Amino acid sequence: MTPLMSIVSLVYLVSAACYVVGLHMMRTPKTARNGNRLSAVGMVLAVIMTFLVAINKNSATLTGWLLMLVGVVLGVGYGVIKARTVKMTDMPQLVSLFNAVGGGAAAAIGMFDYLSATNGSYLQYSFSIPVVLDLIIGAVTFSGSLIATGKLAGKISGKPISFPGAKLLNAIIVLVMVAAVVLMIGFRTNSWSLVLALVASLVFGILMTIPIGGADMPVVVSLLNAFTGLAVAMAGFVIDNQVLIIAGALVGAAGTILTLQMAAAMNRSVANIIAGGFGTGDSGDSSVADDVPVNVKETSADDIGVQLAYANNVMIVPGYGLAAAQAQHEVAELATLLIEHGINVNYAIHPVAGRMPGHMNVLLAEVNVPYDEMKQLEEANSMFENTDVSLVIGANDVTNPAARKKGTAITGMPILDVDKSKSIVVIKRSMSTGYAGIQNELFSDDKASMFFADAKKGLQEIIASSKEYLDQ
Amino acid sequence: MSQDLYTNIAIFVLSLLVGFEVISKIPATLHTPMMSGANAIHGVVVVGAILIALEAQSLLFYVIAFCAAVLGAINVAGGYVVTDRMLTMFSKPKAQNNADNDKGGK
Repeated sequence: MTPLMSIVSLVYLVSAACYVVGLHMMRTPKTARNGNRLSAVGMVLAVIMTFLVAINKNSATLTGWLLMLVGVVLGVGYGVIKARTVKMTDMPQLVSLFNAVGGGAAAAIGMFDYLSATNGSYLQYSFSIPVVLDLIIGAVTFSGSLIATGKLAGKISGKPISFPGAKLLNAIIVLVMVAAVVLMIGFRTNSWSLVLALVASLVFGILMTIPIGGADMPVVVSLLNAFTGLAVAMAGFVIDNQVLIIAGALVGAAGTILTLQMAAAMNRSVANIIAGGFGTGDSGDSSVADDVPVNVKETSADDIGVQLAYANNVMIVPGYGLAAAQAQHEVAELATLLIEHGINVNYAIHPVAGRMPGHMNVLLAEVNVPYDEMKQLEEANSMFENTDVSLVIGANDVTNPAARKKGTAITGMPILDVDKSKSIVVIKRSMSTGYAGIQNELFSDDKASMFFADAKKGLQEIIASSKEYLDQ
Repeated sequence: MSQDLYTNIAIFVLSLLVGFEVISKIPATLHTPMMSGANAIHGVVVVGAILIALEAQSLLFYVIAFCAAVLGAINVAGGYVVTDRMLTMFSKPKAQNNADNDKGGK
């Protein structure tokens, strides 16, 4: 190793350590921000070192340098502007978009290196296997994440999309992918094998994501994140760069853990989720289901105001409906009002509420809800017995007591025990079913009453009526 | 198998294990920022993009390298900035919260 390369390698190691320690610091809200910044410092170091290598190697053409610099500047500019200006409610699709481009970059590196090998030569397995994995995983993540982005942004229907022959088409695409892999690894290099693998992978990414419905999005988004990590690690093998291997593996592991946690929170396997949704409905959907239970009580904002004003402990149970109506400011306003009058307010947050892991927490953090008021599943469930009023806002399946019974679509899914609280108020636009496509038994509970309204408007009315009674 | 390849595989496996160990204890509250932060870390792919750009000698390779540079740079820059923005919201002190909420409450 030349002295320069020794320094570069050591600094790469420092930056890898920054990622690990940074990620570690993201375990508590207090250190999380510094953790992310430490990780960013590591990244800047890695990029500086890479430029040193580039200058020292001096192999690049002027065009190569210019294109690379222009590309990086354009990318950084676009990324920073997007990240700075995005509305908090649009966060899920942006995270998904950043994931897509990462996968795309990894796939591009795979393409570059496969095509760089002399045409018609045999490749060593130590090169061909990571190249193929890099290309395939990267391309699948790229198209898959773009579809997920579209679904999260509402540009593509959030409902599971299926069509006749989908399974057959999937099987054909998988066969094509396998054939392309065999061609790339076992035979002489040929750019057509690469094109075949690339196209098949892109199509597979689309087919994999398109049948997945809204409520399964948290699982898919984190799974795709894990995929990109692995693609980047493979790119590291291809160009023999350890910092890519370490960072990629780290993200691959992180994404996998999160994916498994999300799947466990729905009591479903990842394979089952990827195989397609079990219902056709969506909690953001306003279509009325046929079998509306008859014994549902309807209530008014006025009545809810009374209930809240005379409560000691209030639990707010947010779901995707809250995000869809962008009603987080109203929630915080109501909570602040109640807290000012000595009422305890907490939030019960189900791990898969919303469209990405931790979606509700981010929305509530945006409106300054302190994180110690956001209760996770187990803690929340221990609090429902002492809760006077549970206010369910746009959440559905995660509160359905049917999960405790056998033989329902959501049997075994850990739920929030909202039915244990003394009174339940559900703000919902209609009686439409949630993602699982089954009626929520909570709604016909004796203690429950329904307030049919858009979360934002409904909350504004509730705030107004609560004010009246609280000020008396 | 060469010594270099063995080293790389060892690094890969150990990093996976470190990843599992570091992540398994993150509270649900921070799942989104953690995922977004991890997202930013795989933006390290931009390093690979820079390195391949130096090898490019013809149109096809210029195009691929340029795409890789743009995509990787979006990933890394956007990822860190958006995560930082999310975490700002989590780290606001409580006293300031109420002041903010009062301002917001019409």
